[in-house]
Formats: sequence, structure tokens, C-alpha cells
Amino acid sequence: MIGIIESILTGAVRSGTPILYGTLGEILTERAGIVNLGVEGSMVTGACVAFITTAETQDPVLGVIMGALAGGLASLIHAFMVVTLRANQIASGLALMFLCLGVTSFIGRPYVGVRITGIQTLTIPGLSDIPFLGRIMFEHDVLVYLAYLSAPLMWWFLFRTRWGLYIRAVGENKLVAFAMGVRVQVLQYSVIGIGGVFSGLGGAHLSLAYTQSWVEAMTAGRGFVAVALTIFATWHPLRGVLGAVFLAQPLLSASRFRPRGSMCPPTIFICCHMC
Amino acid sequence: MEMLALVRNNRVIDVLRMTGMMALAFIAVGLLLLSFGKNPIEAYGEIFKGSLGSTYGLSEVVVKMIPLMLCAVATAIPARMGLLNVGAEGQLHIGAMWATWGALTLGEWPKEILLPTLVLLGFLGGAVFAFIPAFFRVKAGVNETICTLLLNYVAILIVEHMVHGSWKDPMSFNWPFTREFSDAARLAFYGNTRIHTGLWFALGAIVLFYLALKRTRWGYELRIIGDNAEAARRAGIPINRYIILTLCIGGGLAGLAGMAEVCAIQGRLRPGISTGFGYTGFLVSWLALHNPLKIILMAFLLGVLSLGGDMIQISLELPYAIVNILMALIFFIVLGRLAAGRKEY
Repeated sequence: MIGIIESILTGAVRSGTPILYGTLGEILTERAGIVNLGVEGSMVTGACVAFITTAETQDPVLGVIMGALAGGLASLIHAFMVVTLRANQIASGLALMFLCLGVTSFIGRPYVGVRITGIQTLTIPGLSDIPFLGRIMFEHDVLVYLAYLSAPLMWWFLFRTRWGLYIRAVGENKLVAFAMGVRVQVLQYSVIGIGGVFSGLGGAHLSLAYTQSWVEAMTAGRGFVAVALTIFATWHPLRGVLGAVFLAQPLLSASRFRPRGSMCPPTIFICCHMC
Repeated sequence: MEMLALVRNNRVIDVLRMTGMMALAFIAVGLLLLSFGKNPIEAYGEIFKGSLGSTYGLSEVVVKMIPLMLCAVATAIPARMGLLNVGAEGQLHIGAMWATWGALTLGEWPKEILLPTLVLLGFLGGAVFAFIPAFFRVKAGVNETICTLLLNYVAILIVEHMVHGSWKDPMSFNWPFTREFSDAARLAFYGNTRIHTGLWFALGAIVLFYLALKRTRWGYELRIIGDNAEAARRAGIPINRYIILTLCIGGGLAGLAGMAEVCAIQGRLRPGISTGFGYTGFLVSWLALHNPLKIILMAFLLGVLSLGGDMIQISLELPYAIVNILMALIFFIVLGRLAAGRKEY
């Protein structure tokens, strides 16, 4: 029995990681007053570029870096639309998703079915010997550890640094922030870009560690789960971790019971929790 | 007079600028094609020749326009009051599923009674499915965009569950689709084309939407909520009732599109009855700025592109994704143009 719970929770941590990255990025962006529904787009771009880079160079580290950068670049389109042109944030995010899904399905087509050596599991010596928790938390790949380190870092950055204060000020009231001397547009651009980098990292984890393969639209709505999770976490990075693991759990068991990755249970879960 | 001339001039410039920017989208995708060693001129030629070059192509464009127009109206009605319904895809699937239930269990009914029943079922299916996000929006302020979007996945999975499960045709050699509907449950085709009577649902929905918007109190209040929700609330307009009403009517129309797909084109329920009609319809609505009459025009444009996308898959072995990229770029351009005309946030 303990064994089953252990393996379920281990899987939850693993499959929750892409969503957690997306959520952390979205929390950062929304704290600066920008809703980015393009998380799905940045994530799928990150997954695609990371996979192509790894397949071409056999270097997953380079793949992760390129994937993260690609995710960031993609989200800068959204930044241009909503910060410079002041377009509708929701619609622009959806447009970004459509664009990224199209582009990745085009450039990724020759790579469907290609095999790669993705990111390997790195067991942390010592910590992984802790009974129960050790296997759940410390037998994963580097990107998982990075995700769980990012959450407290993000909390510290948002709530304990001057820059975090600026970001929150922009999100609360742009005019006041401007009067305070914050360069609002520059800040929003960087925050959207960094949020995209996070989504790209999530995508990279998906294609390089979780599935180690590329198929078009492989994110299958994870980006939107991340956006929903941001609300569920009430824009707090640490609650985001909790949510990611809990939400990822139905996602994982769904994909075990069904051949195709089902999004049904998490959706119902989100709807229940948003009430 | 001078003012009028100025306005007209501005409009001409506007149209020119818009066309130029759309051309930019085509050029951008052309460059993408070039960089992957494909000939963009050949691809564009094939897209437009395949869809506009023959009566068959044109009739197929109209066939595509039917679900596109219905899904566009499904997006446009709630959009007029500032709600984003991205769930037309899911509502279409559930509408198709309810209509399928009717066609499979009431198949022996005479055509005159059965078809209206199926239309009603299709509409109700979509409306009930759209009621879920509307209810959560009213009761708990749940963001309807994310909710409708995620429910699309749910709807498609429910349909797949049915066609893989209890509705699977025993004679299908294990393929996932239902029995073929009886003749009484089929919508009529016109001539040798695949244009079916569902066209009148789409045009009817657009005309009704236009009239309601321009000529009724309902449309007036809808526009007020869209322009200034706070003022509307203080004026005593029941916003919550409108949220539920617009989303459910929109969902119903998308469901009607699903009913038309299964009862005319497919003749049975199967996975993949919709090739992203809900999402393309969403784009149609936005390109038309939620204006009912422009929806027809934009549905034609995107119908051409999406049929052309099917054509280049067969003739040039280019992926359909090219058309998706093109549509997304056009969407971006319209959004940017829309925002540039606005003064304040």
C-alpha cells in the first residue's frame, strides 16, 4: 500500500513540474498586472525547440537553455501586443497560443518519432535515503529540483526585494508606480519575458524529461491548467507548489487509466476549487 | 461636407492599411515556407485555386462556412457584452452528441417530427454545456475564458467515450463511430454539392443576431453592458441574467453546428467531427469585430483558407499548420489594429 502511494506521489511531483513552471511564470506576470493566456504557446514552443536542439546536438543542457529562451521570445510577442499596442490581453494570449501551436507543428514535423537521450534522473545522495519522502522528492531530474527551488526563490523575490515590490506596485496601480519612478513598460516587458522563460522551461521538462519525445500540441492544455492554478494559488508561489502536485495527480492517474492524456479530472477539480 | 469627405478618406486609408497588414501576414508565412525550402507562391496558388477556382471548391467553402458562421455567432453574442466564449468547440461536440442520441434512439420517427427534434436536441446540448461556465461565472466569478477553454477537452473526451463505448457500431470492425443515422435523421443536400440545409441555421442566426442587436431592447442592453458594465449594473440591468442567456444561446448555436455536422456531412458521430471549427469560428468573430454581417465575410475568408489548407495537404504535402499560422498572424494584426485605434486602456 505504502509502495503504491509512494509511486503515485512520485509521479505527481514529476508530472506537476511543467505545470508548476507555467504557474510560477504566470504568477510573476499577473503580479505585474498582465494576464498571459499564451502560457500554453510559450510552453509548447519551449518543448519543441528544446527537443529539436537536443535531437540535433545530443546536448540536453543546450536544449533546455534554447527551450527556455524560445519560450521567453514567444511571450515577448504578447508583451509587444499588450504593453506597446495595448491590445486586449485575453485575446492576445489566445492568439499567441494559436500562433505557437501552428509554428511548432510546422517546424517540429520532421522530429515526430525521433528518439533522444533526454535529461537523466539525478538521485541526490543522502536525501534520497529518507524513508518515504526520499523517493518521492529526491529521485528526479534536475529540472524538477530547479522548479521546487524556484518557488521559494520567487516568493523571496516578490515579497522581500525592492524589484518584487515594484512588480507588485505596477500590478496594483500603474499610475502610482509610475509616479514612484518605476519604468512601467520596461518592467512589464521583462516580467512577461521571464514568465515566458519559465513556461519554456516547463515545456522543456515535458519533452526532454517527462515524455522524451515530440508530438504536436503535446502540452494538451497544461498551459491553461497553469493559468487556472495561478488563480487557485491566489497568486502566491508557495501555494502554487501545493496546487501543482495536487492537480497533477488526477492528470497523472488519468493518463494511466486512459491511453490518451485526459484533461477531464483536473478541469473538474479546478472548477470545484475556484468556487 | 468636408467632415464627411474626411471620414470617408479615413475609412479608405483604414481599409488600405488593413489590407496591407494582412498582406504582411501572407509575406511572413511565405518567408517561413521559403526558409524550409518550400515554394510559397505555389502554396498560395494552390490554396486559392483549390478553393475559388471551381464550383466544387466554392461549394466546399460554403460547407465550411456553415459551422464557422454558427461558431462565430456563438462567440460574438457573449463577446458583445464582454464575455469570452472560447468553448464553441466543446459546445459543438456536445450538441452533436445530443443530436446523435436523438437520431439513434428515435430513428423511426417520421422525418417531419424527427428533424426538428434533433435541431432542438443539438441546440439544447450546446446550451446546457455552456450553462456550466455561465453558472460558475455568475455564482463564483470563475473566469469564463479559462473555464470554457478547458471544458473543450472535457467535451471531446466525453464524445470519444461514447463512440468508443456503448454507441460503437457493432458492424464497424471496431472503428470508433456510431451506427449510420436513418434517412429521416439526415439533413438534405442541395444539388450535387455538400451544401446542406444547415446553411439556413447559420444565416438565420446571423440575421436574428443582427436584428436583435439593432432593433430590440435586449440588444441595446447587451451593448450597454459591453460598453460599461458598472453603468449597466447601476441602471438596473440584470447582468447575471444576461451572462447566462448569452452564453447559453451562444452554446446552443455552436451545438446546432455540431448537429448539422453529424446529421448532414458525417451521417454518424465519430471523433474528429470538427476540424477546429470552434477555434476558427472564434477567430472569425474577432476578425469581424463581433459584427453579425461582417461575420459572413470573414467566415468566407477563413473558409477559403481552411479549405485551401486541406488542399495543400493533399497536393503539395504541406502541413495544415501553415494555414493555422496564417490565421494566427491575421488575428494578431487585427488585435493590434483594434487597440491602436483606442485612446485609453
